[in-house]
Amino acid sequence: MSYARRALAVAWKDFAVERRSKETLNALVFFSLLLLFVFQFTLGGDRERLAAVLPGVLWLGFVLSALLALGRTFLVEREHDCWEGLLLAPGDKSAIYLGKLAGNLALMLVVEALVLGLFVVFFDIDLGRALPGLLVVVLLGTLGLAAVGTLFAAMTANVRARELLFPVLLLPVQVPVLLATVKATEALLLGEPLGAVAHWVKLLVAADVIYVVVSLLTFDVVLEG
Amino acid sequence: MVRALGWLAAASLAAGLVMAFGVAPREVTQGNVQRIMYVHVPLILASYLAFVVLAVASLVYLVRRDEGADRVAHASGEVGVMFVGLGIATGSIWGKPTWGTWWTWDARLTSVAILFVMYLGYLLLRGTIEDRERAARYCAVVGIVAALDIPLVHFSVYWWRTLHQPPSLMKPGGFTGSTSILWPLLINLLAFVLLYTYFVARRVSLLRAEAEAAA
Repeated sequence: MSYARRALAVAWKDFAVERRSKETLNALVFFSLLLLFVFQFTLGGDRERLAAVLPGVLWLGFVLSALLALGRTFLVEREHDCWEGLLLAPGDKSAIYLGKLAGNLALMLVVEALVLGLFVVFFDIDLGRALPGLLVVVLLGTLGLAAVGTLFAAMTANVRARELLFPVLLLPVQVPVLLATVKATEALLLGEPLGAVAHWVKLLVAADVIYVVVSLLTFDVVLEG
Repeated sequence: MVRALGWLAAASLAAGLVMAFGVAPREVTQGNVQRIMYVHVPLILASYLAFVVLAVASLVYLVRRDEGADRVAHASGEVGVMFVGLGIATGSIWGKPTWGTWWTWDARLTSVAILFVMYLGYLLLRGTIEDRERAARYCAVVGIVAALDIPLVHFSVYWWRTLHQPPSLMKPGGFTGSTSILWPLLINLLAFVLLYTYFVARRVSLLRAEAEAAA
């Protein structure tokens, strides 16, 4: 099997498991709905205040659901004792990483689309012209989160207190991605064009490239034994 | 050898203290408070050194699988986190009388704080894995990711906001201040680098002894 086919096989396996069990997506969708309540209760009903913090809160929602989703990346294999099976995959192990990354990216984009939709309905945001630019920022930001998240999830899957360690490791590293996405989202929602936030977009692209490349190079080391 | 290094570090720390209080002039506007710089700046710079050593040692470990490299990374991480923590504390003590606040979300303060939590996470990961070889592998990967993340943190935080005075030692055009400040600062920098090296050497031999005892 070629490298791409092997990566695809991993992604397809996870998709098939998820399609039949729906355990991750169902719970995540419910969780993001609950987040909406939490934000509403903690921030109060003041529309103006809400509008000012909306970009931050939106990304807080993305990050919280990402922490739950990404942290589970390798738990399917752990819980069902298939870890060795995954390790037996022939050839370069980074194909496993790519497959898992693709799966995580797809899962998170689905959840994020839903959260964004809920925000539009419940918090009355006018996406309007901001949507194309916002899609670029969300896509790049999610890739950054998922790239490091998938790598770290492979480590914390084998560690005690993994639910705690995963966010503790991931959040500090993701500060640049968070700052870039929140600042860019803020500007876009104020009606500025994507060109006005070009420096943030470039930073996100640089972050994505660095995270994906270093993960591909080091994933082999993480999976050993 | 290590013992001599310790005495050298102690002697240069004493010399640095004498220089900071005796040779360095009293700052015109800030007064004596400014003398904390002779501890604050060397602590932060030595912690940067620690994190660079950590990154290089992590890379060496991944390539050569040399346990010694992992011990250096481990020790550097611990000393680096301690130094950067003390650097933040001394900065706060300096900031309160001069800026009027213990803490502000200025660009450089924020990026140092991120560095602190990033490597604290690194130490936490180390603490939770019993298996030495696995801890070494995982931490090496995290060490490399963290090192590559530092430029991204720097730029993002800089664009996010930029009260801190600009760097005085390492800036374009070199140092332009008076030499009466430069020498006390350099002696203290040397002292803290020696102290770092001494701590790392001690910690590495302790880690080696632990590994031998466990084997």
